[in-house]
Amino acid sequence: MTAATKPRFAGTATYVAGDDLRLAVNAALTLQRPLLIKGEPGTGKTMLAEEVARVLDMPLFAWHVKSTTKAQQGLYEYDAVSRLRDSQLGEARVADIGNYILRGVLWQAFESPQPAVLLIDEIDKADVEFPNDLLRELDRMEFSVYETRQTVRALHRPLVVITSNNEKDLPDAFLRRCFFHYIRFPDPVAMQAIVDVHFPGLRAELLRNALDTFFAIRELPGLKKKPSTSELLDWLRLLVAEQIPPEALHTRDAEIFVPPLHGALLKNEQDLQLFERLVEMNRRNR
Amino acid sequence: MLVDFFLHLRAAQLPVSITELLTLLEALQGELIAPSLDEFYFLARTCLIKDESRFDRYDRAFGQYVRGAMAQAPLQAQLPEEWFREHLRRTLGPEDLARLEKLGWNRLFEELKKRLEEQDGAHHGGNKWIGSGGTSPFGHGGAHPEGIRIGGPPQGNRGAVRAWDKRAFRDYDDQVEIGTRNIQVALRRLRRFSREGSDLELDLPDTIASTARNAGTLDLRLVPERRNRVKVMLLLDVGGSMDAHVRVVEELFSAARAQFRQLQFYYFHNCVYDHVWRHNRRRHAERFETLDLIRRNRAETRLIFVGDATMSPYEILQPWGSIESGNEEPGAAWLQRLAGQFPHVAWINPEPEGLWQYRQSIGIIRELLGGKMYPLTLDGLTRAMRALARGH
Repeated sequence: MTAATKPRFAGTATYVAGDDLRLAVNAALTLQRPLLIKGEPGTGKTMLAEEVARVLDMPLFAWHVKSTTKAQQGLYEYDAVSRLRDSQLGEARVADIGNYILRGVLWQAFESPQPAVLLIDEIDKADVEFPNDLLRELDRMEFSVYETRQTVRALHRPLVVITSNNEKDLPDAFLRRCFFHYIRFPDPVAMQAIVDVHFPGLRAELLRNALDTFFAIRELPGLKKKPSTSELLDWLRLLVAEQIPPEALHTRDAEIFVPPLHGALLKNEQDLQLFERLVEMNRRNR
Repeated sequence: MLVDFFLHLRAAQLPVSITELLTLLEALQGELIAPSLDEFYFLARTCLIKDESRFDRYDRAFGQYVRGAMAQAPLQAQLPEEWFREHLRRTLGPEDLARLEKLGWNRLFEELKKRLEEQDGAHHGGNKWIGSGGTSPFGHGGAHPEGIRIGGPPQGNRGAVRAWDKRAFRDYDDQVEIGTRNIQVALRRLRRFSREGSDLELDLPDTIASTARNAGTLDLRLVPERRNRVKVMLLLDVGGSMDAHVRVVEELFSAARAQFRQLQFYYFHNCVYDHVWRHNRRRHAERFETLDLIRRNRAETRLIFVGDATMSPYEILQPWGSIESGNEEPGAAWLQRLAGQFPHVAWINPEPEGLWQYRQSIGIIRELLGGKMYPLTLDGLTRAMRALARGH
């Protein structure tokens, strides 16, 4: 397998990836190891898997993890209850236990006839033991189904993208097998590039003012939830839809003020109140 | 190859493992990166470092290593073979490559190595071993040690030492004082769901599943009741020399409050004596006997002191030594009593760990608590939580 025949990821028209992120994705693609992505909420961790799948034309299998998710559910589930019901109704399919094995996301990804992207989203939401329970499956890309004595092996090793919000520490043994990338919050230049990708027609003046306001709000002390990239994009969408003129986002001095539609940026009632109080204080001090 | 680099990272207290080094080597072999130090920096980071709180330490170690490696020639010792390969691939045309395939890569590299050695002799270790602009396939101007960059990415005019010297991840280091950002992660370690005792409850899903597997014959399944049994008592130092730390301590406190259902908190000043209080404003009106705390709480209660332990030694060791209340018994007696009743104890100190040895009172309190004092950093908290879970 040479570099030329291997698919390579170089960012997409709608997703701006830094050099380091591109390198991490390509490393995971080439060496066929899982890629663990961490970062602030709203920096596009989940988007990454979707974009990679889209641009490399690979099917995407997403497994959204919840606090009650067990590792086994990603492999398969034995639906014993419906088997019980069928047995009481005297159905013929009861005899074959295979009829009651439900395929999990991992199984589906393993069976995909072409190389696939497997997204394990928010792995930190699950129990602490969850990553450990998947070690062997992700390493060997195979598992056995106890009920039917069958072994499922991946036809092609899928590209595994795992995201985490840092709510729990992941076990060392798990980390050692992954590539790791931390998506930092974009700086103003990168942010400009991201916005350009999403709103190619946006007027430069409006955009500059909006970005200034956005970063000023992020700098405010004491905010519980700082606005993130996805909130900025929503806000811009609103600004454009409402046809807000650039002057509305402009102040003569570098003071903070209440920008129009700021509810899209601050989503926490306490934050909104804090923000309005700060603005009020600023006005009085002038 | 890269063993020195690997050992250097380990010496810098980065927990890199051999598996990870092998992954990195494999990635280099896979010709993933253009031959530039910038990209090597990112590749090594993504392979070796799995926690953003260690990125800053990695940046420093990497910078150090690169500077060290550049200061001492010989160059060929630092250059992975793959970088040459990649470079050749870029500089040579397709016909040349086809001819080279016949010749064999390996022989070519033998040749290259030989030439490098020869040149070293001829040029007395100067930094132009691999000439530029010549007809030799190995030549290029980029071999200057300042970048170890043979060729380099075409778009680049990037300073080679930039990415890690920016130290963009300084705020993520777990050795610095914490804000609320990562504190929840550390405090969560305290929360231990223990399955203990004989209280059993019906496990409904398991019962149904098991009954189904039994083809309809009822099979009851029971599990021990699951309950968060961790009780926490926080004793916080207020006033005096602690004022500077109050904000940090409050952050710790606000994070802690969400973690435990049974959480008590009391305040003291400098050292614990016969009474503590619950509201700083009503400290004189509403007192709680320290003896009562000891009697009322079971030994499993986790006791956490938060304080800078900075005071005059008299305040700990002497009866009547307190600066604001008459104490018949020295503070040390009370500390020992508390530590004796609650083996799960930790003292979290907002003062930097490096300062501790210069303050006598810190040393005394540390000794009284059996060395269980930890700095108010993420790493310190993690250690404190581990000690609290062990409890001896």
